[in-house]
Amino acid sequence: MSTDNLLFAKTHEWVKVEESDGAKIATVGISAHAIEALNDLVYLELPEVGKEVTAGESFGEIESVKAVSDIYAPVSGEVVEANTALPDNLDSLHQDAYDNGWIAKIKISDDSALASLMDKAGYEKMCAEEG
Amino acid sequence: MTTETLKKTPLYDWHAANGGRMVDFTGWSMPVQYTSIINEHNATRNAVGLFDVSHMARFRFDGANALAFIDGLVTRKVADLKPGRIRYGLVCKEDGGILDDILTYHLQDSEGKSYVWMVVNAGNREKIAAWIQERLPADVTFTDYTEQTAMIAVQGPKAMAIAQEYIEGDISDLKYYQGREANILSHPGLVSRTGYTGEDGVELTVPAENAIKTWEALHVAAAEVGGHAVGLGARDTLRLEAAMPLYGHELSEEITPLQAGLGFALSWDHEFIGKTALEAIDQNTLPVRVGLEMQDRRVPREHYPLYSGDQQIGEVTSGSQSPTLSSPIAMGYVAPQFAAEGTLVDVDVRGKRHAAKVVPLPFYKRK
Repeated sequence: MSTDNLLFAKTHEWVKVEESDGAKIATVGISAHAIEALNDLVYLELPEVGKEVTAGESFGEIESVKAVSDIYAPVSGEVVEANTALPDNLDSLHQDAYDNGWIAKIKISDDSALASLMDKAGYEKMCAEEG
Repeated sequence: MTTETLKKTPLYDWHAANGGRMVDFTGWSMPVQYTSIINEHNATRNAVGLFDVSHMARFRFDGANALAFIDGLVTRKVADLKPGRIRYGLVCKEDGGILDDILTYHLQDSEGKSYVWMVVNAGNREKIAAWIQERLPADVTFTDYTEQTAMIAVQGPKAMAIAQEYIEGDISDLKYYQGREANILSHPGLVSRTGYTGEDGVELTVPAENAIKTWEALHVAAAEVGGHAVGLGARDTLRLEAAMPLYGHELSEEITPLQAGLGFALSWDHEFIGKTALEAIDQNTLPVRVGLEMQDRRVPREHYPLYSGDQQIGEVTSGSQSPTLSSPIAMGYVAPQFAAEGTLVDVDVRGKRHAAKVVPLPFYKRK
């Protein structure tokens, strides 16, 4: 997947928005930058399919050896799919955080939160500033 | 706290130039990892790991009564320590709470004169130095060598062979918890068969100005056999698997040695601060240190509450994924009636209960 058209949250989630049957679907994952920082991944708690999530609220968790981190929903809506193959394949995120590294798909109910997300250039700038 | 105000070990520049991710550890800028905690952990278990432990405080005591003086401060008898021997012990308050866990070395200089060396946790350096100063007899001199020396731990099945290449004299005759002065890369230093990983190995103390040269030589030799520089992240997972307590986690001023399972470090046949209180405490009512093995894949972390039904029975003090076992493990304190092996308890992982089983310690013992 080209990452050029992805949107990024301050909390390091990436979002790809697509239209499907008239609905807007957000595919969400964790950026390669964040995967690298987390480093030794040991556990992923996927969001539940069918759950209504709110932009900015935790909807999943990822554990590294060192710490546990929340995964925040970048948009509001209903979780319509979760990548159930991923928790048993966490090492693959180091090679591929974007294509097969997606975590969940959210049917967007309110896309106002999209406006607060960054484009790729903005996200890379933020990461560079964070060091 | 900004990086500028943090103390730096003599090896700081090497860490910074070699991918060390530097963090604040009790006021010192230390590498938490270079590549990956799991890689560094496995390199130590399978080959050799190099650890900068220069942040640990190193104290020296001179004078004929030095050993007798220290004997009154530590729970373990050290007055009878022969030259070349090292003992683990605890410094306790009058009420029996633990001020620190330390190593006491009885060493001899090149002229055969005895002195006492002590290694103290980095975060307790000022506290223990003050505790000692307040009690120091006139005929014992106390010198803090922390900043003028570096300390490097070489740990793992290949550690002895790697270290021997740079140490004058055969170190294979050093038994566990023995140490002596030795020339390291032709400079005076200390070598001791000690460590904090559950592996065989040595800890080397060298003058600060020789630190980088010593480290680089060891690193080249280590890398050739699959070894690695190891940060504090893997140091923590290694000692957790070996069930070694860490001050500020399993040990504190609110914990007594017996609660921590450190009865072996108490010698009742000598006088020490805290002895009277420790003899009087009814041990059967206090929480005790246990090992926990999760029944699923959630990772228990420090301060996660432990429950039996609706009753909180304790707390996790250290927890991590175990790289050796590939499963989550923890140490914690529980009320004594829940400390029996096989007892099932619940860990509150961020609001959700996950089952864990009380298991014997350590989680890992080398063959």
